[in-house]
Amino acid sequence: MSVQDQPQGINFGRPIRAVRLFGEAVSHRVDLKTVTVCAILAVIAVVVALITISSGEYQVPLPDVVRALFGQAEGRIHMVVVEWRLPRTALALILGAALGIGGAIFQSLTRNPLGSPDIIGFDAGAYSGALVVIILLQGGYYAIAGGALVGGLITALMVYFLAYNRGVQGFRLIIVGIGVSAMLNSVNTWMLLRAKLEVAMAAAIWGAGSLNGLGLDRLGPATLVLAVLIPMALLMARPMAQLELGDDAARALGINAERSRLALLVIGVALTATVTATAGPIGFVALAAPQLARRLTGSPGVAMLPAAAMGALLLAAADYIAQRAFAPTQLPVGIVTVSLGGVYFVWLLLREARRQ
Amino acid sequence: MNRHDPALAAAEPRLFAEGATIGYDNRVISSDLSVSIPDRSFTVIVGANACGKSTLLRALSRLLKPKTGRVVLDGQEISNFPAKEVARRLGLLPQTSIAPDGITVADLIARGRYPHQKLLKQWSKEDEAAVITAMEATKVTELSHRLVDELSGGQRQRVWVAMVLAQETPLLLLDEPTTFLDITHQIELLELMGDLNRRNGQTIVAVLHDLNHACRYATHIIAMRDGQVIAEGAPRDIVTAELVEKVFGLPCIIIDDPIAGTPLVIPRGSVPRAD
Repeated sequence: MSVQDQPQGINFGRPIRAVRLFGEAVSHRVDLKTVTVCAILAVIAVVVALITISSGEYQVPLPDVVRALFGQAEGRIHMVVVEWRLPRTALALILGAALGIGGAIFQSLTRNPLGSPDIIGFDAGAYSGALVVIILLQGGYYAIAGGALVGGLITALMVYFLAYNRGVQGFRLIIVGIGVSAMLNSVNTWMLLRAKLEVAMAAAIWGAGSLNGLGLDRLGPATLVLAVLIPMALLMARPMAQLELGDDAARALGINAERSRLALLVIGVALTATVTATAGPIGFVALAAPQLARRLTGSPGVAMLPAAAMGALLLAAADYIAQRAFAPTQLPVGIVTVSLGGVYFVWLLLREARRQ
Repeated sequence: MNRHDPALAAAEPRLFAEGATIGYDNRVISSDLSVSIPDRSFTVIVGANACGKSTLLRALSRLLKPKTGRVVLDGQEISNFPAKEVARRLGLLPQTSIAPDGITVADLIARGRYPHQKLLKQWSKEDEAAVITAMEATKVTELSHRLVDELSGGQRQRVWVAMVLAQETPLLLLDEPTTFLDITHQIELLELMGDLNRRNGQTIVAVLHDLNHACRYATHIIAMRDGQVIAEGAPRDIVTAELVEKVFGLPCIIIDDPIAGTPLVIPRGSVPRAD
């Protein structure tokens, strides 16, 4: 194994280390700052998650939480930590990571920090799908999840084709997405107004995006799906970075631009839809995580891994607030992310407006 | 050059278009176009604006698939190659590229190594050496740590050229590489391309606006008008006042370049006499 400081005098303007293993079989350029930022974010996210698990009406000291997580607690502590609280907090971490990656994909493809799935209509579409199932079909959890998936996918297709004009251009996609989102929101309101009171209440709660009461039965399927989707996304990270050079340059460098973009779109939609199907639409994490992470790493373009770490941290922290801010009343986590995200959104709009 | 000549058929060039109809959507730019790029040549495509030079370059680099006919690279239709395989043989500097926000010079140039990299092999010693060589050739080594956004137009263009050089392809296509450069950097870049052509035997194809640059540096000129090739050959053999008039509609005389002896185009224009 050989590790070099600045490889033979190439000054990348940031600390980079060339790592070569097994002779030349494996070689990598490791960006030390990005690695450090990811590691720190991940550690903080886990700490926040542990604190969330330990707190509540029934306080569990942190050492007991850790012991319980390693399967060394029994009885009541095991039940509270592993069966009641762990699934929800684990969901916050992995759904947050998925949102971060989904946001990174769309922001990279649209080359715009506003190009996030919640802004360009996928959340509104998923909600429409869910509302159809809840109000018209009176379906249960999985039917609602299915409805949200279908709704999100149809919306994605709709936005894609409406924005299509000899290829899809980022800014057009965002504008069309915002328009479609507004239309769907009015349809959603109309559906809620027509529904019976209790049904409308249940639907509205779903629409707020909540982790409340999600247990092991929800953690399993979401984990399985994301265990496939997230590695697929990470495999596409390099073509995604090359696409940021513009289509011509990317294609000249051996990227199949259309195919890579389509693959990224499908993965991005699937990631977002999985989250929405599991917990309802959780806004602003996908929007904020990639950009906040980028500010910390200072890396070029939008990167997936830092966005994932930041997304996990944001959602874990938002869920802690949702549980503890007005305890014993539990807020839907979506309310927290939208409130905090709104501040970020205003800042972002102002900054973009000033840039123009 | 006639490819149907049996003497030449044996030595098919690495890159040529045959009976290619190229264009966008329903707009045909060139129909039934046949062009060969002589191996190891420094070929310059010239012509008035919108004559189809860049379109031809896009077709030759498989960014644009011909509607009919074919573009052949190393004996095979170019669109049949895997994208990465083409990118190891043929590099292209497009007219416009986008530098991702916050990317540094060295980082951008390293992106040129993509076609040589694999999932596990992302930064081999060859990658590193190629980036160093490309930076030295384009004189951007000193800038390597700077943000691309902060560079001047000329510096930025040299960085993009360095990126395609890092790709280390035997064929190198450049679409108007000198456009945003001042005269000194234009000449520097042309000298660099001539050097790569002579020393490394790289085949270079460039679209240039300046006919005198083409005459001075090209070994082979392809002159186009209305999507068709009007003339091709060595500058000395083909560049005449008639050709310039025909291709650019510019009345001119041709004299010998006092330095290189190549043709030098002097526009007649309407110059007020000093006396």
